[in-house]
Amino acid sequence: MNPSNYIVLSAILFSLGAVGVLVRRNALVVFMSVELMLNASNLSFVTFARTSGTLDGQVTAFFVMVVAAAEVVVGLAIIMMIYRSRRSASVDDASLLKL
Amino acid sequence: MTVLNGLLASEQVPAAAEGIFSLMWLLIAFPLAGAAILLLVGKRGDSWGHVLGTLTVLSSFIVASFLFFAEVGREAEDRAIEQILYQFFAVGGYEVNVGLLLDPLSMAFVLLITGVSTLIHVYSMGYMEHDPRRRRFFGYLNLFVAAMLLLVLANDYLILYVGWEGVGLASYLLIGFWQHKPSAATASKKAFVVNRVGDVGMSLAIMASFAAVGTSEILAVTGAADRMSTGWLTAIGLLLLLAACGKSAQVPLQSWLLDAMEGPTPVSALIHAATMVTAGVYLIVRSGPIFEAAPVAQNAVVVVGTVTLIFGAIIGTAKDDIKKALAASTMSQIGYMMLAAGLGPVGYVYAIFHLIAHGFFKANLFLGSGSVMHAMNDEVDMRVYGALRKVMPWTFVTFTVGYLAIIGVPPFSGFWSKDKIIEVAFDTSIVAGVAALIGAGITAFYMTRVMLMTWFGDKRWRDDAHPHESSPIMVGPLVVLAVLSAVGGAMELRILPGGGIEPWLEPATGYLKSDHILPTIAYPLITMAVVAIGVIWSWMVFGRDPIPVTPPAGSVLTRAARRDLYGDTFNETVFMRPGQYLTRTLVWFDSKGIDGAVNGTAAGIGGLSARSRAIQTGFVRSYALSMLAGAVVVIAALLLMGGRL
Repeated sequence: MNPSNYIVLSAILFSLGAVGVLVRRNALVVFMSVELMLNASNLSFVTFARTSGTLDGQVTAFFVMVVAAAEVVVGLAIIMMIYRSRRSASVDDASLLKL
Repeated sequence: MTVLNGLLASEQVPAAAEGIFSLMWLLIAFPLAGAAILLLVGKRGDSWGHVLGTLTVLSSFIVASFLFFAEVGREAEDRAIEQILYQFFAVGGYEVNVGLLLDPLSMAFVLLITGVSTLIHVYSMGYMEHDPRRRRFFGYLNLFVAAMLLLVLANDYLILYVGWEGVGLASYLLIGFWQHKPSAATASKKAFVVNRVGDVGMSLAIMASFAAVGTSEILAVTGAADRMSTGWLTAIGLLLLLAACGKSAQVPLQSWLLDAMEGPTPVSALIHAATMVTAGVYLIVRSGPIFEAAPVAQNAVVVVGTVTLIFGAIIGTAKDDIKKALAASTMSQIGYMMLAAGLGPVGYVYAIFHLIAHGFFKANLFLGSGSVMHAMNDEVDMRVYGALRKVMPWTFVTFTVGYLAIIGVPPFSGFWSKDKIIEVAFDTSIVAGVAALIGAGITAFYMTRVMLMTWFGDKRWRDDAHPHESSPIMVGPLVVLAVLSAVGGAMELRILPGGGIEPWLEPATGYLKSDHILPTIAYPLITMAVVAIGVIWSWMVFGRDPIPVTPPAGSVLTRAARRDLYGDTFNETVFMRPGQYLTRTLVWFDSKGIDGAVNGTAAGIGGLSARSRAIQTGFVRSYALSMLAGAVVVIAALLLMGGRL
């Protein structure tokens, strides 16, 4: 039961999620990568809670899950609206806020 | 050296003004009120303005006469009277009161100024009869008289400076009176600017006197001359000399006087012959104790006087414009006065004596030339005059009297005063004496030239010239001034009220009789011989052959004299052109350098912002990358700090 394994796993998952946000073009896949980053941080919270013997980390993990859920609701709604008006789910196409 | 009454200038203790002397302020108030009324009343006053202008100055002259006789009735030591009018200001330790000091020196000046002004105002009523702006002319003349009287009556150098500036202003307004002529406007500006250089000297002298003594009151400063250090005394002396050079048109500030002849002839007579240009001499004589205690400054005065008397005389020999010839003569004669004033107590009295005599005969000559110009349709070129003596007999006679006075023929006034100056010059320095003598010879030469070209010879008139004698209102003052030029030498007589000019001025200026190296009779004989040589030489050059109407080429010296001995050229090359280059460089620097820096900074920031704008790509993924990069930097910083935050 080596906590460092879990921390390393959390770090790898976080990096994968970050790379996914930066590289993928489809908005839904970017969302999935964001979820992956959130879950990676959840994992590290729980691991530290286990190693320190308190429950603070596990309570924080709950908070994070609630926030992730709310964010998914709002984000998917926005993506749906963009898809309906533009017929495209690519993040590169929504680049009107430029000079 | 023997002394007349044993008094020195710094020993005068002024009494307070009582009785008739409390009316001293009226001397200035009359012409000042006249100026204010004439300049503010507008066109309504055009019909009577000139009469009012003359009456105010006449009233000042009457008051001055009363004051003179009241002064004569007092003891010699007791003739200084001071009237404090009000406090000008008191700042810190510096207090200045507007006060008038009437002592024999200022009394002499007041009589000269008011008397000659009255005659010139009367003359101007005739001369300016057809000028539409005549009322304004009299207003400016009155302003001038008020300022000049303030100058000579002031008891404080700062109040003297107020009068000093006032006469400079009046001179500017009057030289440029015919504003529509560009040459007149330029000449008035030139006069003002050159005078300004002298005014710098005056203001610095006032500041220096405050720094050295703590006050600028004239009697206090001259009384403290034995206590000040030589450095301060020399500085104040040289600065006062600079001021005097500006106002009296002495070398190096002489270039404005000949151009000032653009003004109407009464202006030339009053301001640039009899009164304003003598203010410099007044300043030097009034500040006598300072110069006596600072030999460097005193020698500088003598040098300036000697150089200028020769300088002006040489210029006068080649001028065809009658007024410019007389102006060069004025420059030269004031050089004589400066020379005498620079010789110390032996010369002060004679400087003032010559000043008064010169006021008479030079005003006479200028008014006479105005009469000639009036008759010849305002023509000033003597080359188109000739044989006027038959047509204008009165002007001819008065002009001749003035001529004899200026060249120094006995018994006319110029003989007595100029001879005395040559005497004291020889007693102090052979060089100055010889220069004064040569100057007298050259004076005789060029004045004879003026006489021959104007009054004798053949008629060289233009076709439209119909010369006639002037009206009585113009001839009257000429006659009075001619009489004064003739008998003015009698000022030396001891039987006069006041005792003659030497005992009269002695309490104010100091007087020492100098020892002569030659017997006294030798000086007048040598002078008259030199004058005779000048007259005969002039007759031989100008009197025998007809005068050419176009000026001949002339020698190098003649051409140099026509160009004012390159005075203007010198000013242009040394001061004007470098000044122009400097200002052009500064303008260039301002537009390229300073404007360039400001505009360049603005352009730089504009370019920077244009480049920075490119970060706003609109791509979400690039924003996400920058967020990630920032987060990485913060975490790295935290790790490196190792928790020290």
